[in-house]
Amino acid sequence: MVLAYAGKKQLMLEMLGKGRELANELEKELTAVIVGDENHALAEEYIQYGADKVFLIRTNQEMFKAEEYTQILTGLIEESESELVLIGSNKDGKELAPRLAAKLKAGCVSECTDIHIDDGDIITERTIFSGKAVAKEKINSKQGIITVPSKTFDPLDADTGRNGDIIEKEIMVDPSRSKIIDVKEMEHSGVNVEDAEVIVSCGRGFDNREDIELAENLAAQFKGRAIGCSRPISADLNWLPEEHWVGLSGHKVKPRVYFAVGISGQIQHIAGMRDSDIIVAINKDPDALIFDNADYGIVGDLYKVLPELIDAIENAKT
Amino acid sequence: MNIIVCAKQIVNVTDIRIDKKTNKPVLQGLDNKISDIDKNAVEEAIRVRDEKGGKVTIIMVGPSEATETVKELLAMGADEALLIPWDQDYDYHVVSELLIGGIKKLGDYDIILCGEASLDLFSGQIGPRVAELLDIPQITYAQEIGADDEKVVGDRNLGDSIVTVESSYPVLITVTKEINEPRLPSLMDILGAANKPIEILEADDVVSEVSSPTVETIDITGVSMDRKNIIYEEMPVGEAVSKLVESLGKEGVI
Ligand SMILES: Cc1cc2nc3c(=O)[nH]c(=O)nc-3n(C[C@H](O)[C@H](O)[C@H](O)COP(=O)(O)OP(=O)(O)OC[C@H]3O[C@@H](n4cnc5c(N)ncnc54)[C@H](O)[C@@H]3O)c2cc1C
Ligand SMILES: Nc1ncnc2c1ncn2[C@@H]1O[C@H](COP(=O)(O)O)[C@@H](O)[C@H]1O
Repeated sequence: MVLAYAGKKQLMLEMLGKGRELANELEKELTAVIVGDENHALAEEYIQYGADKVFLIRTNQEMFKAEEYTQILTGLIEESESELVLIGSNKDGKELAPRLAAKLKAGCVSECTDIHIDDGDIITERTIFSGKAVAKEKINSKQGIITVPSKTFDPLDADTGRNGDIIEKEIMVDPSRSKIIDVKEMEHSGVNVEDAEVIVSCGRGFDNREDIELAENLAAQFKGRAIGCSRPISADLNWLPEEHWVGLSGHKVKPRVYFAVGISGQIQHIAGMRDSDIIVAINKDPDALIFDNADYGIVGDLYKVLPELIDAIENAKT
Repeated sequence: MNIIVCAKQIVNVTDIRIDKKTNKPVLQGLDNKISDIDKNAVEEAIRVRDEKGGKVTIIMVGPSEATETVKELLAMGADEALLIPWDQDYDYHVVSELLIGGIKKLGDYDIILCGEASLDLFSGQIGPRVAELLDIPQITYAQEIGADDEKVVGDRNLGDSIVTVESSYPVLITVTKEINEPRLPSLMDILGAANKPIEILEADDVVSEVSSPTVETIDITGVSMDRKNIIYEEMPVGEAVSKLVESLGKEGVI
C-alpha cells in the first residue's frame, strides 16, 4: 500500500498524482488519510484525484501535534501494511515524518524532488549542500517515509467517475504532555511567488520597509509579477510576510526573470532561486556573491538604479 | 537544569566546488565547522543555564577529529561534551540511535536542544527522531523560549502563524536561526575551554549493536550554475541601465 497524508488539500492532490504512479508501479493501492474532520466531500475528491481508499479518522486529538499524529499514522501504516508513506512537506509534515520514522525504525528522506521505483526499490532524489548537489538515495527499510514539498508533482485531472472506498475510523491517542496555549495568525499578502513569472526580490540593501515600494514599482512593469525577499527581510525584520521569503528555508521559485536587489547572494538564498531562467542582480558591492550567480548585473546603489531602471523600462515599452 | 545540545560537524557548504570532469562535489580539503543553527542552540542553552543554574552538555556523533570543533562550543560556554566517533556508513536512523545511547549515558536531562535543520543536509530529522525514541514532547522551530522551574514555553514560527506551546520537562526543542545571536568566544574563553572535559565513547559503549542504515546513498551529482555573468560596472548609472534594458529586450522579457 502507498499511504499519503498532508494537512493541506492542494499539496495532497499533488502527492496523489505522484502516489498514483508509484502505486501502479508497485501494483498496490493508494490510500489517502484525512484526520480530524469527517469531510466526506473531501474524501470523494481525493478519490477523483487518484486515491483508491480514504481513511477518515475521528480522534480525541484537536490541533496538530507531531507526537499525537505519529500515533494515528503508525497504526494506519501497520494495519494497512504500507511500504511507502508520502507526507506533505510543510512545517507540520517535516516534524511528523521523522518522528514517525523513528517509531517504525524506518528510513525517511526529507523534501524529495523526485521518487521512482527501480526493480521494486524506492529511489529518491533530493537537493543537498544548499543546492550544490543532488543525492540519489535508496530506502532499505520495510517502510519508506518520504516528505514531498509543494509544487513538486502535478495533480492528475479529476476523474468524477472513479470509485473508491471511504473508511471511517476512530483512533484515540495518548495526549502529549505539551499544550498549545496560543496561536497568532501572521499577516497574509496572498502572493504566490512559486507561480510568479517575474520576481523582484528585496534584501538587506533596502534601508526601510517603506522603500520596498521601489521594488513594487519595478515589478509593476511586468505581468505575472511578485515581490520576493531574503530571509532576514521576513524573519528578522518582519517587513514582509513569509509568503515572500525565497531560499533554502523559504520558497523555491522558478520565474522567467528574477531580480535580486540588495541581496548578497549567500548560498541559502541562491538555493531558492537557482532555477530561474534569467537572474538580474543589483548590488553596490562589486564583489557580492550574487554576481557570480547572475546573468546580468548592475554594480550600483539600488536607490539610484531602481528609479532609472523603472523609467527606462517604461520608455522601452512605448 | 540539565540541558543537552545535539551539535553536528559539517563542511563549509559555501566552499563546495563541483568537479567539471566528474560532475561531483569536491568535499576533500574543506574546512569543518559546527552547523550554524547548532550554535544558536548552544547560545540558548547557555542563556537558560545562566538564569536557572545547571549545566550544558554537548553531544555529537561525528568523526573522531571533531573534538576540535566541539571545543568552540565549550569556549562559548558549554560545560562538557560527549563525542561518539562514527566514520562508517550512517543515516538518520543510525545517528539517532547512537545519540540516544549517548543521552542515556549522560543521565537526567530537562531540555534537549537541536537546530531546526543542519546546513549541509537540511532535513530537520534528528530532533523529532530523538524525541520519539525518548518518548518526550517536541517543540520545533522555536524562535523564543521561556524556561520556568516546572515548565517551558516556546514560540514556534510556522511561517503563516506563531504557535505558543507549553510543556513540562523533559522536552526536546529545535530552534531557528532568529532565536538569538550566538556569542563569539574571547581568547580567554578559548584558553579556558582547553580544560573542559570532552568524553569519548565508542559506538559499542552506547548501543549493543549499531543498526545498518535504512537509507543508502547511491549517487551524488553536482548541480552546475552556469550564468552569463554580464555585469555593467564602472559606468554612469544611466548607461548601465540602458544596457540592461537592451539586454532584457533581446531576451524578450520587456
Ligand atoms: C539554515 C539557514 C537557512 C537559511 N535560509 C535562507 C533562505 O531561505 N533565504 C535567504 O535569503 N537566506 C537564508 N539564510 C540566510 C543567508 O545565509 C543570508 O544571511 C541571507 O540570505 C542574507 O540576506 P541579504 O542578502 O538580504 O543580506 P546581506 O547578506 O546583509 O546583504 C545585503 C546586500 O545588500 C547590498 N547593499 C547594501 N546597500 C545597498 C544599496 N544601497 N544598493 C545596492 N546594494 C546594497 C550589500 O552590498 C549586500 O550585498 C539562511 C541561513 C541559514 C543559516
Ligand atoms: N551527527 C549529529 N550529532 C549530533 N547532533 C546532530 C547530528 N546530526 C544532526 N544533529 C542535530 O539535529 C539537527 C538537525 O539536523 P538534520 O536532521 O541533519 O537537519 C542539527 O541542527 C543538530 O542539532
